[in-house]
Amino acid sequence: MDLDTITAVLRPPSLDELPPWQDGDAWLAGGTWLFSEPQPGLTRLIDLSTLALPATEVSEAGLWLSATGTIAELDRLALPNDWIAAPLVGQCCRALLGSFKIWNRASVGGNLCMALPAGPMIALTAALDGLCRLRRPDGMARRLPVTDFVLGVQRTALAPGEILLGIDVPAAALKRRTAFRRIALSPEGRSGALLIGTRDRAGDFALTITAATPRPVRLAFATVPAAPDLQAALAAATETDGWYDDVHGAPDWRRHVSGLLAEEIREELAR
Amino acid sequence: MRLTVNGQVQDAAPHAGQCLRTLLRDLGWFGVKKGCDAGDCGACTVHLDGEPVHSCLLPAFQAEGHSVITIEGLAAPCAPGDGVPDGLHPMQAAFCAAQGFQCGFCTPGMVMTAAALDQGQRQDLGTALKGNLCRCTGYRAIRDAVAGIAHAQAEGRPVGRSLPAPASRAVVSGRAAYTFDAAVPGLLHLKVLRAPHAHARIRHIDRTGAMAVPGVVAVFTHEDAPRHRFSTGRHENPGDDAADTMVFDPVIRCHGQRVAAVVAESEAAALAGVRALRVEYEIRPAVFDPDAALRPDAPLVHDPADREPPRPGEDAPPLLPHPNLAAEAHGAIGDVEAGFAEADRIHEAEYVSQRVQHVHLETHGALGWLDPDGRLTLRASTQVPFLTRDALARLFDLDRDRVRVLAGRVGGGFGGKQEMLTEDLVALAVLRTGRPVKYEMSREENFSAATTRHPMRVWVKLGAKADGRLTALSLRVISNTGAYGNHAGGVLHHGCNESIAAYACPNKRVEGYAVYTHTLPAGAFRGYGLSQTIFAIESALDELARDLSIDPFAMRRRNAVRPGDPMISTSLEPHDVLYGSYGLDQCLDLVEAALADGGGEPAPGPDWRVGQGMALAMIDTIPPRGHFAHARIRLEPDGTYALFVGTAEFGNGTSTVHAQLAAEVLGTVPERIRLIQADTDAVPHDTGAYGSTGTVVAGQANVRAATALADKICVAAAERTGTRPAACRLTRDGVETPSGVMPLADLARDAVFEAAGAADGSPRSVAFNVQGFRVAVQPETGLVRILRSVQAADAGFVINPMQCRGQIEGGVAQALGAALYEDVRLDAEGRVVTRTLRNYHIPAMADVPVTEVLFADTHDTVGPLGAKSMSEAPYNPVAPALGNAIRDATGVRLTATPFAPDRIFHTLTAVPEKASA
Ligand SMILES: Cc1cc2nc3c(=O)[nH]c(=O)nc-3n(C[C@H](O)[C@H](O)[C@H](O)COP(=O)(O)OP(=O)(O)OC[C@H]3O[C@@H](n4cnc5c(N)ncnc54)[C@H](O)[C@@H]3O)c2cc1C
Ligand code: FES
Ligand code: FES
Repeated sequence: MDLDTITAVLRPPSLDELPPWQDGDAWLAGGTWLFSEPQPGLTRLIDLSTLALPATEVSEAGLWLSATGTIAELDRLALPNDWIAAPLVGQCCRALLGSFKIWNRASVGGNLCMALPAGPMIALTAALDGLCRLRRPDGMARRLPVTDFVLGVQRTALAPGEILLGIDVPAAALKRRTAFRRIALSPEGRSGALLIGTRDRAGDFALTITAATPRPVRLAFATVPAAPDLQAALAAATETDGWYDDVHGAPDWRRHVSGLLAEEIREELAR
Repeated sequence: MRLTVNGQVQDAAPHAGQCLRTLLRDLGWFGVKKGCDAGDCGACTVHLDGEPVHSCLLPAFQAEGHSVITIEGLAAPCAPGDGVPDGLHPMQAAFCAAQGFQCGFCTPGMVMTAAALDQGQRQDLGTALKGNLCRCTGYRAIRDAVAGIAHAQAEGRPVGRSLPAPASRAVVSGRAAYTFDAAVPGLLHLKVLRAPHAHARIRHIDRTGAMAVPGVVAVFTHEDAPRHRFSTGRHENPGDDAADTMVFDPVIRCHGQRVAAVVAESEAAALAGVRALRVEYEIRPAVFDPDAALRPDAPLVHDPADREPPRPGEDAPPLLPHPNLAAEAHGAIGDVEAGFAEADRIHEAEYVSQRVQHVHLETHGALGWLDPDGRLTLRASTQVPFLTRDALARLFDLDRDRVRVLAGRVGGGFGGKQEMLTEDLVALAVLRTGRPVKYEMSREENFSAATTRHPMRVWVKLGAKADGRLTALSLRVISNTGAYGNHAGGVLHHGCNESIAAYACPNKRVEGYAVYTHTLPAGAFRGYGLSQTIFAIESALDELARDLSIDPFAMRRRNAVRPGDPMISTSLEPHDVLYGSYGLDQCLDLVEAALADGGGEPAPGPDWRVGQGMALAMIDTIPPRGHFAHARIRLEPDGTYALFVGTAEFGNGTSTVHAQLAAEVLGTVPERIRLIQADTDAVPHDTGAYGSTGTVVAGQANVRAATALADKICVAAAERTGTRPAACRLTRDGVETPSGVMPLADLARDAVFEAAGAADGSPRSVAFNVQGFRVAVQPETGLVRILRSVQAADAGFVINPMQCRGQIEGGVAQALGAALYEDVRLDAEGRVVTRTLRNYHIPAMADVPVTEVLFADTHDTVGPLGAKSMSEAPYNPVAPALGNAIRDATGVRLTATPFAPDRIFHTLTAVPEKASA
């Protein structure tokens, strides 16, 4: 929709020529969220597309996901054969409520910065030990695990004027076995619970819960836990923040189906 | 900046925050639609350098230097304003051939998306098209279009044939002009400030800030508006709805009510003006629940102390036992207590139907101007142009002939546009500024401030003998009409009528209350009260049948009315409903056989429980208390015909049917009938396209006009050839006489042939629908999967089978939305929470199973050429049939819609052991 309070769009040519951050400024990535709701508090958009942030790259070390890379580009990415976690990428892209037309514009970084519980790029990168690379307004860099970047519903660790440059996903994480489960109130609806399990060669097991909880929850075990232990860990980890409550699923349902899906994942990866 | 659109290099100067959608429309590409302006519906889809994108999400400046294709240019490069291209794109042609649309508002985006799919995506259309919402079709016809399956027939008799809509090529090529698809020079934009409280009195509105915003032309508040009270609900008889609404009311009765309007040179200036208004409210206690509203000490929604005494000509509000009652319904036949005493089994329970929204893809709105001789003219998104004209004339003290209301193609209605929700504001602004004014609701306003279905709680008690025969039936209905009484009484009475008249039971009682609360007003909605009461009665009947170990079909056969039985709800007063035809028996047989034939999908897995259920619905083919239509038809100089009717086209398909009916009577082909419709200048009066009357009432007027014209033409031809009129016969473009063919164009050369016809909507007939489902339910998650869906309809003689099938599929899909997902939620302050399509989930393609549509073979003695109406009715039996199937699968009765997985899970876990079925 038209954002009628916007008076200027800035298109800085590089990271070194960023305008001083003001109240009412917003970084513009794909705009698929910014233009989908009224933004009465915003007056300027600063376009990230002209900045040429480091592009998405596959290397020995792992996967570098550019914040401004689109979900469509991510879905098309060819990954090395021994990165057996690769199917997760497509599964997470498909978990977006938006169709492939949204993928054409929506950025991976924008999805993290939105910090919606049902942010599938958050699920993907949190499950694969993603590390966010941020650029502070003073030009300094900092790094944060995805699970520390997303703090709550539409709340991140970003300071005003800070940019998410991208996410590093280590190759080791991409070589894990994975299991993916998702449930929604309608077949293609917004995720009510999205769970990802991973297991590495050494046997380490991890479970990441998103959509059902206000922020990603990650449970790590040195080996595949017994069913009751997994459920107990899930209960303990969600004790403070609880289960997410909105029109896309009642909290007790989310708790219940998360328990079911967690067990399915446990069984699949125990095999 | 410069961009290329449809091959044209165009210069544009977008505003900083403008999106591509509005820029393209500014540049004259009106095929780019707005369904949500928020990325959810896909109606605005265009190709950017060949890739489909939602243009409402794309910052306009990012299109600089790029190439954009809109629906207009999909087939070939073109300029803004160019007509329908000679050659269609294959996907456009496929949408024509499959008639993959009804109102067609979703079609440009649907076609643009479908045209961009690769083979893989086409294999999984539910996923590929999850970003394209259609409210009308139920998606089957869209699937067929993408798969290249054709349905439209060309040859043969005009009626009984699947003719494509006359506007097909215009719709699929983005040329069909909807309400706002017109460039109006000097247009002003109107935006509304809406109340942030559920109940308050406006103390003061400071408009200085707003007036100071550059571009703001005027601000309107209750100080500027007429003081007349009216109802937004429109009926033939304006007295049917309580006159309790004002253009602006100093008393706020619901969150989202209008407070003021700002009119400005641009939408942005109008919005800035709205933000700059300062309002002081005196907040009052509010009541949201109808039971609470009926307590003696409840806050009053329409406090007599707030109201000036009625003005001359205005009715005083009716006296009811409680000031928060908007309407009541009471009636009884027989002796209900004796009936229950006689019963071997009794079932009683309360069934709750939630608040749902129409979600027609084109939001409410109107465009108004003064014509050259100063006449107020409105182009509105309405189902009732004539009744709106009358209401505006009354409201602004104008003669009826000083107001003209017309409709372009309307992007869906479903009852929501049997309501005057925007036209009064536009009229006010046009009359005060003298300039053209547009008011187009945003999707958010449409969700939070337009009407909804009436939420109802229906307590039902049924008694039956061991053989299943009903001995008594009792209903207590509490309907929440919200802040205003539009349609409160009509919906209540209608809801308590056919739902129980369908059953021959000697003892019946109804007690109904429509209650004012401080919530957004409910209004007319597909089914008009029946969907809520039928949910209760058909669920209850299912329980009773189970209790008696009687098959649900047998239970209906035992009790449903058949020809000869009086159709009685709770009054023995004579009425004008008769069995013009009767196909319920066939419908029951058809659905029963279909469910028994083993077809459909298998259950997804062993942990799913399978069950099946059915329900029936009866509906009068025409609303009661008068429904009028006029038609006029004229032989044109070229030997074709011009047909003038009052009804609007909003996807109900009446345009096609009108052309078919006239062609049949005039012995010609539908292509030779040009339809001029939905304009108060076209015919003297038309009550409107609601209550499913497009075919049966306006069609009847049309048949009468065409018959009269055919007679006149034959008489003239006989005179000229010295033969007898009875020996003359009309053909495609001439009259066959015993002395040779006389071309119609020759006849039309020296005389004017014109005839009129009228219909008054009486007598009326009845139509039936029976829905059957087989479902699988996964108890652990609450997920429901529909394995088989069948609906049988008794539509009389089916004038256009493809279109009638489409109406039924669309009705089932919309009803599945209400049965499974949709719920307009309010927060503790009475504010609507579900304000976007992503938070108010309407069925997408993946949600809608194929529904097999079967027709009873009947011919109605009342309707035109044997036809009956079939647009509201298919909605009504769906929720109970689904609830009955879920009950069969799980042993648990769900008494409230929607049957969303989280609620099913709740209900199932509340009843740990499967009750014996
Ligand atoms: C139909 C539809 C369905 C959707 N479904 C989902 C869904 O299922 N789950 C979901 O999570 N989201 C969903 N979204 C929201 C949104 O489209 C996605 O989250 C998307 O990935 C956001 O990316 P973007 O590039 O479009 O972000 P933008 O809209 O451009 O920006 C989003 C926010 O992030 C900030 N931002 C963006 N990039 C950066 C950066 N690099 N550094 C700092 N701040 C930044 C922006 O300032 C803004 O506040 C949906 C949207 C639509 C229209
Ligand atoms: S109008 Fe753009 S997606 Fe609905
Ligand atoms: S035809 Fe799809 S919304 Fe009307």
